Amino acid sequence: MTVKLEQQVIPLNGDEAVALAVKQSDVDVVAAYPITPQTIIVEKFSEYVANGEVDTEFVCVESEHSALAASLTASLTGARAFTATASAGLALMHEMVYVTAGCRAPVVMAVTNRALSAPINIHCDHSDAMAERDSGWIQIWAENAQETYDSIIQAFRIAEHKDLLTPVMINLDGFFLSHTLENVKVLPDEEVKKFVRTREFPQVTDTEGKQVPFKLDPNNPLTLGPLDLPDYYFEHKRQQEEAMHVAPKIIKEVHDEYALLTGRSYGNAFVDAYRMEDAEIATVCLGSAAGTTKTVVDYLRSQGVKAGVLRIRTFRPTPVEDIIKCLEGVKAIAVMDRSNSVGADGGPLFHEIRHVLYGTRSHPPVVNYIYGLGGRDMPQKTIHSIYKDLYEIASTGKVKHFVQFAGVRD
Amino acid sequence: MVTIKELAEKPELFTSGHRACAGCGPAIALRYIMKALRGPTIVTEATGCMEVVSTIYPYTSWKVPWVHTAFETAAANASGIEAAVKALKRKNRLKYEHVDVIALAGDGGTYDIGIQALSGAAERGHDFLYVLYDNEGYMNTGIQRSGGTPYGASTTTSPAGTVIPGKTEYKKPIAEIMLAHEIPYVATASIGYWTDVITKVQKGLEAEGPAFLHLFAPCPRGWRSDTAKTVEIARLAVETCMFPLWEAVDGECNLSPQSKAIALKPDRKKPVADYLKMQRRFSHLFAPKFQHVVDEIQTDVDKRWDRLLKKCNVSSPAKTHD
Repeated sequence: MTVKLEQQVIPLNGDEAVALAVKQSDVDVVAAYPITPQTIIVEKFSEYVANGEVDTEFVCVESEHSALAASLTASLTGARAFTATASAGLALMHEMVYVTAGCRAPVVMAVTNRALSAPINIHCDHSDAMAERDSGWIQIWAENAQETYDSIIQAFRIAEHKDLLTPVMINLDGFFLSHTLENVKVLPDEEVKKFVRTREFPQVTDTEGKQVPFKLDPNNPLTLGPLDLPDYYFEHKRQQEEAMHVAPKIIKEVHDEYALLTGRSYGNAFVDAYRMEDAEIATVCLGSAAGTTKTVVDYLRSQGVKAGVLRIRTFRPTPVEDIIKCLEGVKAIAVMDRSNSVGADGGPLFHEIRHVLYGTRSHPPVVNYIYGLGGRDMPQKTIHSIYKDLYEIASTGKVKHFVQFAGVRD
Repeated sequence: MVTIKELAEKPELFTSGHRACAGCGPAIALRYIMKALRGPTIVTEATGCMEVVSTIYPYTSWKVPWVHTAFETAAANASGIEAAVKALKRKNRLKYEHVDVIALAGDGGTYDIGIQALSGAAERGHDFLYVLYDNEGYMNTGIQRSGGTPYGASTTTSPAGTVIPGKTEYKKPIAEIMLAHEIPYVATASIGYWTDVITKVQKGLEAEGPAFLHLFAPCPRGWRSDTAKTVEIARLAVETCMFPLWEAVDGECNLSPQSKAIALKPDRKKPVADYLKMQRRFSHLFAPKFQHVVDEIQTDVDKRWDRLLKKCNVSSPAKTHD
């Protein structure tokens, strides 16, 4: 792929990459509240505002609940709106996370993934975002700061697409990505502005039968967020599901157009399959863990082991076909969960991957490792032992434990 | 001041066909508020009676852009709308010279669950008018007590029992709390006096920065009062000084005409019992066992009234009745 575009390489951590992408994306309103490890995003953005580098209206709210409530109505008023949070902040937003999706407000939110209390812990795991997996947001998970930067820019185009109008959550691992310096290739401001475009509004029918833009507009008044009783609520909730069926086409279009512009792509936009072509054993994961796992896979391949790793980039909508295509022939699969669904016999990603594979002909054995809760490191050694287990399952066809904790003391 | 003729010529932006109960005070409040608009306006409303009765999909009573998101979010929603209007205006993407933003919420959505967002929005200085329509309880969910329910009122979560005489706490002084935020405009009003309500809504919209209007609006269903007496009760609240009318422009408090008249002629101040007797939520207070509560309410009202007179620099002649 030839890319004519001049791209600067600058050292950024994941949070700074988010702030820069937001700055470049012609965002009208940012309403946010600081929480570790998302804080750098808010701090950096405040600096842009203080130095007159953006003409965004920055609302430094008194809580995350208000952060999303304000972003949501800013979005419904016609603004491009962004917010960012983590952990307890996302949990406090929970009510508004659903409301935002239900109101079809195309807010973009960065979630710097962090463990949920108690005990209080500021480090990375995925419990926060997993608690919102049924909320109706598109969820994209980044592997590194570069992907975080690129995904934020793509997110505005996806969320605001008039056939979709669905909020997008960009997840980046707390500290592992948010606070780790990386060389990031960044686009010139005007290129990002051109790419994200200005918001377009689909036409909807008002109560008098007139076609009006879908926003709060005094000349064309609409009643948004009304009381919806059993005679209509169900249809509206199904419409959200239908939007999720349109989403893959839009996510793909935006990803591919961006790839053409920058030379950067992330798998096929939905899954990032690493050395999966002829893999006999494979792990499935989200986020930054894929980086370490890829290194282990390279080593195993050099030893003649047919290992691979499948990173799920678009977690919502679930890329069912891609998961099946990549995993169907694999002899043993380990799903890596950086969160636990307590009492549910495994983590959320495990449940979903196994559910997707249930109907396939080969029906490969799928096991689950809960790892890295509260920021516990997952070194190569742990990943090696997981592949060793998989090798044994693939050779014997026998599974000793379906769900295990990896890297925890007894 | 607006005349009734001018008012009649203004369009109804909160239209009939909504499903509020007979004699609903808040429905009267909304009609007045909407009569006071001065140009392009966006309204956001908290979950509550008025949201529920006016927007049952696919119908709406609103002829202005209106949005509801949750119970505790009226002020945060207004912040977002105001920020969007500012940003879009700056970027030349808004076709209006100015857009007024009004947040509406009941007492539950203001005194209790929404106070954090309200306090935050006031502190940040967003240019919006927040109207609290106070019907003194969670009426939408079946008459539960709120921080705005008065002392002695029987509600389903502060029932008058054989031992406890209804609610054992006084109303939170919400307008004073907002006044302490040092915002440009704070006022109280009662739906018993339409000119006062409309004037204050207009002043609130004209104020640059946050404005707060505490609007008293009886609920016949929750107060167990005659549906034909809503306005009369709303006036009695003022006449007894249970709910005095005042406004503060840039922090300077002044009594509004109806309360000022009482301050100047204390004989006009009616006993609280006149007000309480019209509502069955207080009927238990007139049993001999709880009679002392009526006296306590009177003492409290007198104390607060005196304090308000001082704040408004009004020296009241000695009253002649007790």
